[in-house]
Amino acid sequence: MMKLTDFPDSRGHFGPYGGIFVAETLMEALEELRIEYEKARDDPAFIAEFEYELKHYVGRPSPVYHARRLSEQYGGAQIYLKREDLNHTGAHKINNTIGQALLARRMGKKRVIAETGAGQHGVASATVAARYGMECVVYMGAEDVARQSPNVYRMKLLGATVVPVSSGSKTLKDALNEAMRDWVTNVESTFYILGTAAGPHPYPMLVRDFQCVIGREAIVQMQEQAGRQPDCVLACVGGGSNAIGIFYPYLAHPGVKLIGVEAGGSGIATGKHAAPLSAGSPGILHGFRSYLMQDDNGQIIETHSVSAGLDYPGVGPEHSWLKDAHKAEYVAINDDEAMAAFHDLCKFEGIIPALESSHAIAQAKKLAPTMKKDQIILVNLSGRGDKDINTVAKLSGITL
Amino acid sequence: MSRIGQTFAALKAQNRKALIPFITAGDPGRGLTVPLMHALVEAGANIIELGVPFSDPMADGPVIQRASERALANKIGLKDVLAMTAEFRKINTTTPVVLMGYANPVERMGYETFAQAAKAAGVDGVLTVDIPPEESIGVSDVFKAAGLDPIFLLSPTTPESRVERVAAAAGGFIYYVSLKGVTGSANLDMDEVARKIAIIRRHCDLPVGVGFGIRDAATAEAVARIADAVVVGSRIVNEIETSPESEVVSRVKTLVQDLRRGVDAASK
Repeated sequence: MMKLTDFPDSRGHFGPYGGIFVAETLMEALEELRIEYEKARDDPAFIAEFEYELKHYVGRPSPVYHARRLSEQYGGAQIYLKREDLNHTGAHKINNTIGQALLARRMGKKRVIAETGAGQHGVASATVAARYGMECVVYMGAEDVARQSPNVYRMKLLGATVVPVSSGSKTLKDALNEAMRDWVTNVESTFYILGTAAGPHPYPMLVRDFQCVIGREAIVQMQEQAGRQPDCVLACVGGGSNAIGIFYPYLAHPGVKLIGVEAGGSGIATGKHAAPLSAGSPGILHGFRSYLMQDDNGQIIETHSVSAGLDYPGVGPEHSWLKDAHKAEYVAINDDEAMAAFHDLCKFEGIIPALESSHAIAQAKKLAPTMKKDQIILVNLSGRGDKDINTVAKLSGITL
Repeated sequence: MSRIGQTFAALKAQNRKALIPFITAGDPGRGLTVPLMHALVEAGANIIELGVPFSDPMADGPVIQRASERALANKIGLKDVLAMTAEFRKINTTTPVVLMGYANPVERMGYETFAQAAKAAGVDGVLTVDIPPEESIGVSDVFKAAGLDPIFLLSPTTPESRVERVAAAAGGFIYYVSLKGVTGSANLDMDEVARKIAIIRRHCDLPVGVGFGIRDAATAEAVARIADAVVVGSRIVNEIETSPESEVVSRVKTLVQDLRRGVDAASK
């Protein structure tokens, strides 16, 4: 695995962010995971198996595609898409779940658990559990169960148990709380497949490392197709795993501007959003320190986004560090802007994007006209939108 | 010596064990917390654990999660919890109060500001569930400097090699979480708990309290035989949840009296 920064340090800190903020019961499990992962990443057999699975099971490399009609439509920079939507299970999530399932197998764990928001990570976890013959339990906010029903059924088809979580705001953060509670109870038999580059160390590091394949491929593919690297790279940021996966290898290319796109919900000014980097402040949640959406008492605020996968009040700690270090920039895109971009990509490119990824497309729509025609924007199209058609139809006033 | 240290020393001199009940501040109502605290002391509590409500209580089971939600619905924040402690201190200057909660409300207030305010309010110890010793640099020192005991957890999964490190950061007492799981979990294996406590005592001079899985006089007695303190949370919070508001104080008092009899039976 490549190493481009000194972060995280040995205890999982990215500057002031990250760390291990969990109850004592999980400390030893996290230490075992760290030790096992550090062995695995230097083990050629582990890396070879990971790469084999990515190629033959996931279908990697995912293409980079020049979206000519969309570029023409938006006017200005050329827009390229990194097609993570073409992966098996329809999103980047599978890169990480394969890596973690292989780790689980190395550690002799037969039961895996996962949290999920949009359901993509749940599906990717259920998929690898079936692939490697493991029991799988997925925690999902009750509200997300309702708005992502196709993915719930998909997980069940794959043999997973889906547990709706009705505490708190009934979304991703509550699913994560519940997954942690399961883990603390079944810590010796269970591997927690965390879905994003967040949580306590070593998760932000290992999820990043497994997702970095996105950026590594893109660097080669951009050179092949455009003869050069893009001027800027856009990715949506919920927990931030697809973004860190494409950003991290690009940190070696300082000329490439990295822009993370958060969920602006109804608009930052309304307070109804999920954009901690744009409008939050540092705090501690789910085992790590990072930017958070919180009130003056340090209580976590409920988030709002049309996209279940971005509906999370925190963000991976490395993004907080990249923001403060001015190595990446973070902006917010509102629900309606994301919806318009969703329809644009359907109409002009024949690609139905995930609502999450539509936020990054929407930022390209704003940015492209300010750039020259020979400049390049690379958008990480992190997932496909089949799972979102009910949501989109409902917002368009259509009953399926 | 801190108020917590004095309490344990006095109990030891009488060959008695400590009973530490837990309630969530602001549950079921803002005005009931201080009367409940006094009732706990009257029923035989030696130290009070006062839960600071948090929106995402990751280490808690459903009973204490719901208590936190009720308290948050009553708009209880960390400042209110400190005010309640100060109110309690107007009458009671001897029973230690330990705040138990999660890192973020304290982080938000600022560790230094919080430590000063907590000390001024009459708080004696602080247990932030999700700040392990590794992350407590600049936290437990600040607490200690302000005269607050930083309480830390040990668990069945803590390897012996870690006990010393945790003990070095800790003050007041060690809270041994007797089960893998969240608060409110089921049955205790007393032999296993006794075995772990023996390991803890090899590396640590602080009194050892045991929590999780204690639900009646019998389990309280069994734990009191092997530990220095018995911590009871979910069982009490469950009593609060299921009692009509007018009876909350009296029913909690009856329950804690029963637990006290259990703890004292161990000393006979």
